[in-house]
Amino acid sequence: MLKVKDLYVSVENKEILRGVNLEINLNEVHAIMGPNGSGKSTLANVIAGKEGYTVTSGEIIYEGKNLLEMSPEDRAREGVFLAFQYPVEIPGVSNATFLRTALNEIRKYKGEKEMDAREFLAYMRDKMKTIEMDETLINRPVNHGFSGGEKKKNEIFQLAMLQPKLAMLDETDSGLDIDALKIVAHGVNKFHNMNNSVVVVTHYQRLLNYIVPDFVHVLIDGKIVKSGGKELALELEEKGYDWVRDEESVKETL
Amino acid sequence: MNFTKPKEKYINNFNEFEKSLNGEADSLLHRIRKNAIEAFDRMDFPTLKNEDWKYTSVSPILENNYVSKKDTAGSESFKAKIEDHLIKGLDVILLVFINGSYSKELSRIPDLSGGVKIGSFAESARKDPALFNEHFAKYARLENGFIALNTAFAQDGAFIYIPDNYVLETPVHILNISGTRGANILSQPRNLIITGKSSRLCMIESYHSTENETNFTNVVTEISAGENSNIEFYKIQDESSRAYHVSKTQAEQKKNSKFTSYTVTTGGGLVRNDLNTLLNAEGCESHFFGIYIGDGKQHIDNHTMIDHAKPRCLSNELYKGVMDDGSRAVFNGKVFVRPDAQKTNAYQSNKNILLSKEAHVDTKPQLEIYADDVRCTHGATVGQLDEESVFYLRSRGISKENAVSVLIRAFANDIFEEIKTEQLKEHLNNMIFRKLKEIV
Repeated sequence: MLKVKDLYVSVENKEILRGVNLEINLNEVHAIMGPNGSGKSTLANVIAGKEGYTVTSGEIIYEGKNLLEMSPEDRAREGVFLAFQYPVEIPGVSNATFLRTALNEIRKYKGEKEMDAREFLAYMRDKMKTIEMDETLINRPVNHGFSGGEKKKNEIFQLAMLQPKLAMLDETDSGLDIDALKIVAHGVNKFHNMNNSVVVVTHYQRLLNYIVPDFVHVLIDGKIVKSGGKELALELEEKGYDWVRDEESVKETL
Repeated sequence: MNFTKPKEKYINNFNEFEKSLNGEADSLLHRIRKNAIEAFDRMDFPTLKNEDWKYTSVSPILENNYVSKKDTAGSESFKAKIEDHLIKGLDVILLVFINGSYSKELSRIPDLSGGVKIGSFAESARKDPALFNEHFAKYARLENGFIALNTAFAQDGAFIYIPDNYVLETPVHILNISGTRGANILSQPRNLIITGKSSRLCMIESYHSTENETNFTNVVTEISAGENSNIEFYKIQDESSRAYHVSKTQAEQKKNSKFTSYTVTTGGGLVRNDLNTLLNAEGCESHFFGIYIGDGKQHIDNHTMIDHAKPRCLSNELYKGVMDDGSRAVFNGKVFVRPDAQKTNAYQSNKNILLSKEAHVDTKPQLEIYADDVRCTHGATVGQLDEESVFYLRSRGISKENAVSVLIRAFANDIFEEIKTEQLKEHLNNMIFRKLKEIV
């Protein structure tokens, strides 16, 4: 589904990613872990198409297409989704209007019929139920005045509404208490099925207790230095990132 | 080269106009006109040297030779065009002005009860001289050449009189439409609005073009708000990008009156609005809202003045602008708090978004306070659209164009928040939406 090949990315002439390789197949959950500043968010942002990043070499192939040549909206329409670490507040636009606009643009792109207000409402109600989204949040302006937890919940609600194929969650656990964390994880687990894949970008192992990954990758200094199963996350939690770092430098000196 | 100064042309036109008047020449109205043309002769048109016109050069307006059409012949051809500018689903009392002249055929005035008078300026000057003379030219001072010129040629426009204790539920729509192929039209509407004690009025002044010729509208609207009256005033500017529009709206408020104004500008090549109110008694309220969206080479200048002359009044002003391409906006908002005006509350804000590197805004909020027990705030911002927000919307599948449009509408949203008449709100939102579709 997604192949990241030897990806080098800089921001303002500073190299952030230095040869990332990653392959994600359908019906998989991947966790990308790493210390602050290792390039985790950069990788997620580059896949989503955020401006301000220069890809100096490498490529990203998504369902056989060159993702780097596509606009952010086309990536989204093709099924790429990023849950933001810091969701943006948009005063003056209601959540419902925003989602209906998004959903219908995606449907139009796929050649599907646009949803009218009634169909949309029914669809939205259904999704709200599955992820226990508060009705009052729907009619409020997008993220405006939302608490940290409500913003993250809203990201997951969007995920449920838009039904992407590749869902990337960028530090969705940051700033959440344990109850909010469980609700968010529950939403992601409800979303995940054999027709999609999930990438969880996180600093801590905590979230992975609730969203259990098939694969764990450790990103340090812009490179994936270690990959493994879910037990790798636990090992990291116990031994810290220095353990992988030391192991790496040993490998390099050998 | 033989070159007649613009001023001389207009004075010559006045002499011609005067000859055509016959018996009317001795009337009070005409004495006011004569006084105005003398004032015009002394003042001439403002130039960039004039502090109030520093950012707006009127010389493009003066380059053309305009004609004033006195008849509304062919008004039938405007009928269909007018339909496009009506507010959908809203029942209004409609006054139509074609090239500045009142069109009885296209206007729709129902039988009015309770002493309400709505009609043309010319007609009311004839039919109600006492009322007319009591108010005409009593509010808008001849402070610049345009106002003097309008006054000198004052002949047609709308006249509205709402008597004491009358609540006019139906809004009055004064629809101005200009355009004659192959001619540059000059319209100088003169509107006079008078509301009695505890009365209520909602009115809409809208301006439109039919042809893409260069037309010039120079309008003056005088409003006298009676004690405890409530006036909602909408000004819609949707003319062609080659049209010039200079306007002066002067309100004078009596005790406990409320005046709310909305100025929505999407059209016009060069637009200059002067909107003033004098809070001339205690307990008055004024709300000024404005939104302007410019592209191409549009120049949109809003000057406002809120004059707190008496104690315990409230004023609140919010103007927002979105400028694209090489367009330019000017905002100058003056708030005067006179020595008498203790316990004044005055709030003013102007916010702008620039969508291109070439777009330009000059904003100047001005507070002049001569009383000590007052609460006043003012502020102005000029910025770009937030890139992070644009990306957020795009990352959900919304096209860049739609994302920009959604964000601008969200930016403009609070301007219309207080409008209670849904059809009007919808009409204005659609107008903004259409303009945004053109520019993004």
